[in-house]
Amino acid sequence: MPVGLHLMRPALEGLKSAVEGGLPGVTLQLEGSVLMVEAKDVPRVCRFLKDTPAYEMDYLANLTAIDYPPDTLEVVYHLCSMRQKHGPVALRVKLPRANPVIASVTPIWRGAEFQEREVYDLFGVIFEGHPDLRRILMWEGFKGHPMRKDYVPEDQDAPDERA
Amino acid sequence: MMVDEGLKSELRKQGVYVTTWDQLVNWGRSNSIWPLQFGLACCAIEMIATAASRYDIARFGSEIFRASPRQADLMIVAGTVTKKMAPQVVRLYNQMAEPKYVISMGACATSGGPFHKGYNVLKGIDRYIPVDVYIPGCPPTPEALLDGLMRLQERIKARPFKAAMDEKQGEYAVPAYGDRGLLPRYNPGVWRPPTLPPVVATATPTSSASSSTPPSGPGLGRGPRRLYFSGPVGGMFAPHGASWRGPRACPWGST
Repeated sequence: MPVGLHLMRPALEGLKSAVEGGLPGVTLQLEGSVLMVEAKDVPRVCRFLKDTPAYEMDYLANLTAIDYPPDTLEVVYHLCSMRQKHGPVALRVKLPRANPVIASVTPIWRGAEFQEREVYDLFGVIFEGHPDLRRILMWEGFKGHPMRKDYVPEDQDAPDERA
Repeated sequence: MMVDEGLKSELRKQGVYVTTWDQLVNWGRSNSIWPLQFGLACCAIEMIATAASRYDIARFGSEIFRASPRQADLMIVAGTVTKKMAPQVVRLYNQMAEPKYVISMGACATSGGPFHKGYNVLKGIDRYIPVDVYIPGCPPTPEALLDGLMRLQERIKARPFKAAMDEKQGEYAVPAYGDRGLLPRYNPGVWRPPTLPPVVATATPTSSASSSTPPSGPGLGRGPRRLYFSGPVGGMFAPHGASWRGPRACPWGST
């Protein structure tokens, strides 16, 4: 194997059947190269993928969100295994845009803490169980979630009557 | 007080040098500008390159980048000024020693640059503090920064010391964080929103007239014109101080 990080992507069909076999009641959907997970199953699926020796997803490479107005907001997880040298596996979770609440994966991967704060800051996703869910990029007192597609930034060229 | 150039030349042949107090002081001041060690984004990398041996800003007497605003008299705003950072920039400017100068380095510091339509970037640091020299570029090359520094030196030499001291006194209001941006959005003592005379409709568009007359003018018929503050392209000086010498063409080629 060449020096450096060359990750092999695990076969998603096998991963899907392993998860569904190991966790009764959980169904994943394979859409292209992405596994769709239901919001209520996320902590179990993530814990399973991290603890199962065949997968050992010990590294959450990325956690972000996508806004699909008017109804949907998706949270995206990219999982890798440093020990098994495979990944990334992309998980996506559909959430209702009006009330996007999902369980935090910070207890599973410590590195999720800041990424979940960023997603909360920019998209407004509430991560239940997060130890310190507050804004990370925008300042305290900022209103709205600017990466949502319907966010309207202020017009900085408008005359300011306070000035 | 001006000394006659011919007389000065004659005296110099006899070993007598004549100058004025302002010329002497400004010669010293302009050749020992102490910049603030302060970078915000990728422009700072070019600023570092300018300070390193290849471009060597020490040739112009400005090699001492101070880590404290109390010991600096030039702020090179090198990079994107986010709304979150802008109050700190103004506060640092307020803490600098007078007479103090500001170089707005690059498109971001001048106008927001590629982030002009973003939600988090200030569209020009000149909304809160007075800028002396604008340098276009994204990022500007070290040569451009050196040229900006030389323009600043010319600017320092062109004003009597007392006038410069009087002009640079006072603190500038530090903006506060608001719901979506900074409060206030600009300091009207330094900057005001660009205004254009209202576009006068020449005639009521009827169906025949609108089909026969093509749209013309800067707006090309797509609604009211908007003037974006695009930063200086032809001349590099701040509008509020441009009277001492007119704008000049960009020396390293037109952009």
